[in-house]
Amino acid sequence: MSAVLSAFFVSPTVQTALVVGTVVAVVSGIVGVLTITRGQSFAGHALADLGAVGGSGAFLLGVSQLWGFVLAGVVSAVAMEAIGTRRLEGRDVATGVVFGAGMGLTALFLTLDTLIGGSSNAAISVLFGSLFSVDSRLVPVILALGAATLAIVAAVWRWVSLETLDRDLAAARGVPTRWASTLFLIALALSVQLSSLSIGAILSTALLIGPAATALLFTRRLGTAAALAAVIAVGQVGVGCLVSFASYDWFGGNSWPVSFTIVAAVFLTYMGARAVDALRPLINRTAVA
Amino acid sequence: MFAAYLMTAWAGGTIVAVVAGVVGFFVVLRGNAFFAHAVPHGAFAGAAGAVLVGANPLVGLGVFAAGGAVGIVLLGRRARHDVVTALTLVTMLALGALFLSRSREYSAQVFALLFGQILGVSPGQLVTMSLLGLGCLGLVALIARPLLLASVSPALAAARGVPITGVDLVFALVIAAATTVSVPMVGALLMFALLIGPPAAAQVLARTPGWGLSLSIVLTLVTVWASIALAVTTDLPIGFFATAIGALLYAGARGAARSRHRRLG
Repeated sequence: MSAVLSAFFVSPTVQTALVVGTVVAVVSGIVGVLTITRGQSFAGHALADLGAVGGSGAFLLGVSQLWGFVLAGVVSAVAMEAIGTRRLEGRDVATGVVFGAGMGLTALFLTLDTLIGGSSNAAISVLFGSLFSVDSRLVPVILALGAATLAIVAAVWRWVSLETLDRDLAAARGVPTRWASTLFLIALALSVQLSSLSIGAILSTALLIGPAATALLFTRRLGTAAALAAVIAVGQVGVGCLVSFASYDWFGGNSWPVSFTIVAAVFLTYMGARAVDALRPLINRTAVA
Repeated sequence: MFAAYLMTAWAGGTIVAVVAGVVGFFVVLRGNAFFAHAVPHGAFAGAAGAVLVGANPLVGLGVFAAGGAVGIVLLGRRARHDVVTALTLVTMLALGALFLSRSREYSAQVFALLFGQILGVSPGQLVTMSLLGLGCLGLVALIARPLLLASVSPALAAARGVPITGVDLVFALVIAAATTVSVPMVGALLMFALLIGPPAAAQVLARTPGWGLSLSIVLTLVTVWASIALAVTTDLPIGFFATAIGALLYAGARGAARSRHRRLG
């Protein structure tokens, strides 16, 4: 085991993966807490998949895929906010319509990409990206995007948390609710683009929702939950990377994909937390008795 | 456009449209868009697993669709529905990634399930699709009234003694059946678009459930037929046309509803 561990930490691939994974995990965990309390998990997942529109479109125009991802995310976020209604069911459908139209555009762009010769790898890898294949030159960009996202979240945190708890109260206290929710959705878009670009849409949604949902089972305070979610997410990325790395030896070189091991860690943590949560009344009753 | 080799595409598209129109009506009414995205999308992992063990991909698709849908309903009873949906979806997709990485065979068969192969429908497949589609519509007919009540007002339905979880579970199976009917032909992405776009437009325009359901079927049929015609004539992907028409129908319906509202004062 110690041999595996020492090989794990000196591998440059693993070092890049751990740096990128940590940045993505911290940002996703913090943004995830607000996403869940606002009931926007679906929007978060849709925005992650919609990065593919930007990726394939950017290839068509011959510009950097990174800006395609970012632009597609921000435009979709604004569109969802513009047609969304206050009713939760209406918002779900609004997200679905934008999501469907975006995926249709992806299909179109992918076909045109093939017609003009070549194919856009980013659009395919956005689904199944791997943390172990991150280009180390992307690291500064990922750090900068992560910092920008956290800056937006920090700037609108008070507005958004008040608006989430009670929209009318927030409006009465002078919070620009429309701005607050649009800015938050843009921060959410940046956060998931950052992660789907670097580690794929599956992991993006898993890290956005899983750690935050686990943290919210244990505390109702948004700030505490955000910190806890970031810690949980970083831990899950570390464990997932280690298991995937170690599984190379177990299966004679055909290792488990790192996306799978991290999602498995996320899912098992959540199910474990649900079990603990379900048992808590039982334990408390025994303690009182 | 009506060449012999396209006849199965027209027939299959019609089956998919009728099923999607009926099921989509309830999906939109219940605000279940995420659920309707997660089940077809995640179920592709089942097909990947079936290919890995040498079974029929359709069986894998059906098993994962039903398992995922029922799992979401059961887990969602004591937690936020969207959170449980997201986690179930990513877990199924991650299993799909694992299965694909285990298989040394070319996985085109599996990727076709994401984007569909509308021209690749065989007459034998049409029979399977019709039977599954009829089963799906039969399930809906069986629980239509309690489902409608539970969708519009869960509180009222519970007060009238409707078993909410039971209705949710049957509806989960309906979505799973609709997935198994449609995904091999139109792909997970298009399937989702058909379940949301035309039915959402119908819901905006119609004032009674009966009208809503009928309009939903009509609009979905129009979307599918127009998309097949456009895709055949232009050689561009059918998914693009279906999603674009769906989005335009929804935008048009919202615009019409707004002007009607304004006229009435």
